[in-house]
Amino acid sequence: MKTTKSLLAAIALGTSLVLSGTTAIAAGKQKNAEDISFSFEGVFGHFDRAQLQRGYLVYKEVCAACHSLNQLAYRNLSQPGGPELSEAEVKAVAAEATIEDGPNDEGEMFERPGLPADKFASPFPNREAAMSANGGAYPADLSLITKKREGFHFPWYVSPFIKLVKGNGGPEYVRSVLMGYQEPPAEVAKDAPEGKSYNPYFSAGPWISMAAPLSEDSVEYADGTKASVEQMATDVAAFLTWAGEPKMEQRKSMGFQVVLYLILLSVLLFLTKKRVWGREPH
Amino acid sequence: MSGHSTYNPTNPVMKWVDDRLPLPRLMYDSFVSYPVPRNLNYWYTFGGILMIMMVSQIITGIVLVMHYTPHVDMAFDSVEHIRRDVNFGNILQKWHAVGASFFFIAVYIHIARGMYYGSYKAPREILWMLGVAIFLIMMATGFMGYVLPWGQMSFWGAKVITNLFSAVPFFGETIVTWLWGGFSVDNATLQRFFSLHYLLPFVLVGVVILHVWALHVTGQNNPTGVEVKSGQDTLAFTPFATVKDAFALSVFFIVFTAFVFFAPDYLGHSINYEEANPLVTPEHIVPEWYYLPFYAILRAVPDKLLGVVAMFGSILVWFILPWLDTSKVRSATYRPIFKQLFWLLMIDFFILGVVGANPPEGWWITVGQIATVYYFAHFLILLPLVGLLETPKPLPSSISDSVLAKNADKQPAAQPAE
Amino acid sequence: MSTAEAPDEDRRDFLYIATGAVGAVGAAALAIPLIDQMNPSASVLALASIEVDLTPIEVGQSITVKWRGNPVIIRHRTAKEIEEAKAVPIADLPDPIARNANVADGSEATDVNRVVDGKEQYLVQMGVCTHLGCVPIGNEGEYDGWFCPCHGSHYDTAGRIRKGPAPENLHVPEYQYLSDAKIQIG
Repeated sequence: MKTTKSLLAAIALGTSLVLSGTTAIAAGKQKNAEDISFSFEGVFGHFDRAQLQRGYLVYKEVCAACHSLNQLAYRNLSQPGGPELSEAEVKAVAAEATIEDGPNDEGEMFERPGLPADKFASPFPNREAAMSANGGAYPADLSLITKKREGFHFPWYVSPFIKLVKGNGGPEYVRSVLMGYQEPPAEVAKDAPEGKSYNPYFSAGPWISMAAPLSEDSVEYADGTKASVEQMATDVAAFLTWAGEPKMEQRKSMGFQVVLYLILLSVLLFLTKKRVWGREPH
Repeated sequence: MSGHSTYNPTNPVMKWVDDRLPLPRLMYDSFVSYPVPRNLNYWYTFGGILMIMMVSQIITGIVLVMHYTPHVDMAFDSVEHIRRDVNFGNILQKWHAVGASFFFIAVYIHIARGMYYGSYKAPREILWMLGVAIFLIMMATGFMGYVLPWGQMSFWGAKVITNLFSAVPFFGETIVTWLWGGFSVDNATLQRFFSLHYLLPFVLVGVVILHVWALHVTGQNNPTGVEVKSGQDTLAFTPFATVKDAFALSVFFIVFTAFVFFAPDYLGHSINYEEANPLVTPEHIVPEWYYLPFYAILRAVPDKLLGVVAMFGSILVWFILPWLDTSKVRSATYRPIFKQLFWLLMIDFFILGVVGANPPEGWWITVGQIATVYYFAHFLILLPLVGLLETPKPLPSSISDSVLAKNADKQPAAQPAE
Repeated sequence: MSTAEAPDEDRRDFLYIATGAVGAVGAAALAIPLIDQMNPSASVLALASIEVDLTPIEVGQSITVKWRGNPVIIRHRTAKEIEEAKAVPIADLPDPIARNANVADGSEATDVNRVVDGKEQYLVQMGVCTHLGCVPIGNEGEYDGWFCPCHGSHYDTAGRIRKGPAPENLHVPEYQYLSDAKIQIG
């Protein structure tokens, strides 16, 4: 495992050296996301609790105005391996949301404050409402955004090797899109569609319907971290990665037990096999 | 090979049962005293590995069904529910999904081993053909299983593959509408795929039992391809093959679980984390990696009907492989030209896989067409010809002779190891 | 030859036993996820509590609400029913334990321990017979309380088992008063 990994890392390093200089690769229009190192990457990776809490704040105060997070429940915020808010904090957070429930005894739907067991309240009642409120563009549900979008594209002959080490670059994609708003190059600026912004990192880009959502100090972090655009983009990318797989830490730690166990079993079976076969020519 | 049973139970309970239903005898003769050639190498452990992978897929599948909902509005969310809320659900779901890939890895190695050592030749034709049937059932099962999570690739994969049948002359449209139970892939399609995905593995078990039965009638082939001639050539299945298979299985599972726990999404498609949307086609529709070579053959032929025929033909040709190979010698070890052709076929198959993963543009099309032509030429032209033209190396007189010669090479004039 | 083999045999035995034992542990560990997946999932365990407004329930009437998939019976008891319930000596009860999630475990099944003190008119209990899970019918049976039609269990006006096969009093779920006439169950 380890030697394979380092071998693959070497291949990846070699190929990325070859590729450096070429910015927009293979797939064409989408620019590769900037590869940064997140705390949760690799087989030993863990989420940074403080970062997840900051990322949640960014989601709540900025993204949640348009983007749903349908697969997540408020209770997830307090489960181990996540932002690990206290139960009381989760109750308070959930109570801020308005949830439609019912029908009551008169057959009417009614609204009530959210409870920890509720799924995150969606900013729009349905897809059509979301599209109509956003000029025809659907603000994607963010539950699995870092799993369904790829930030990295490499030529076919190296892609399988690099991606085994680096993954698909989903978290990097989110971060790069949030940071990637820029003035369009002169040659394309004249074709700018009405109401869209230029963002070469966007998967269906380079024109994106979402206006740059983050600006310096869009949120105020409780832990005093300076809320630069880069900081917020990185934090929310980490939070959304967790949201895509809240049980990632448990998965990895169980993986260690399983793989170590199998290595031990393999060694024992190998010795047994040698013993059993020892006297028989084969 | 089956011959006279040597089962002689000492346990009175077993004897009581055996006198009334000889199940203990069947088990003993098949998995304990069953003689296996003593020269089997690790390539021969994949049959056992496949057996375990099949059981593993069935068990995890049954468990997942306890939480999955086969309805277009709920299927995607129910898979997320499994990944997020069900106890151990994230592991079980990935074990099943990654397990499909590793099932195919094992089956491809198993098939290639059969081709290399000529395991399809008389008297093992039916054994081989049952194997091809197993592979076809696996492909159908895997395809339908991939539709169930109802992601974008699930949906569009289902649409594209079912549309293959529209190539059938005259009845194409009717057949496709019948398959779908509607005018597109929709809830009716999902539900019938779910039903069949649950059914087919049990059909698979049935054919596997026949496959093992046929194996136990003819006995195993071996790396020399020389038939077993005396008791000298064989060892008892237990403990010799059992412990070797167990070791190989354990190593296989290290790699398998490493993917399940540390790279669970690597072998899948990102876009399948997006819920199916019948109005938007993803940019590149690619099947799971294990279908890629056949997908490449489909796309290599510019005609719709002929492409479908070529794709199915590329597997169906395996059914007549025992008669296409005209050589009297089984094992590639003693067939110098066939051995090279075998490796060329492996390279060709790999190239087809790469072509299948890439969009059909530019020189990929040419490469795909050349590789497709070579694939069929291998089976339909080269194999029959080589069998007639090639001069094989001299065969060892028996398995035990070949083993003794090999050991003598390794450690001249020494006692056997340990 | 045979003398030289003896220690080797020992080592071999140990190796076989160790391998077998490690393999068995693995096989047993495999069963854990397969069994545990059938336990209630996180979403089921977190199921929301419900709120019930008691004002529409007139004296002598009951309503049934669904909580965690089970019926909860809420009865606005008459003064006579409360009198009857209070008059029963604990010694006469087949199950002398309150079975109320809101009082200490093992408390006596007095009437006041079955309700909230000061709110004695409202009896809140699971509509699940403690015998085999049927829903008991109200205003029926020999004790003016509930009667389970499946196997003939009689409950009194405090939901306590008095006669029949059921072993325990009807369970009282966890609930609290949010206001004078509004409760939250769960």
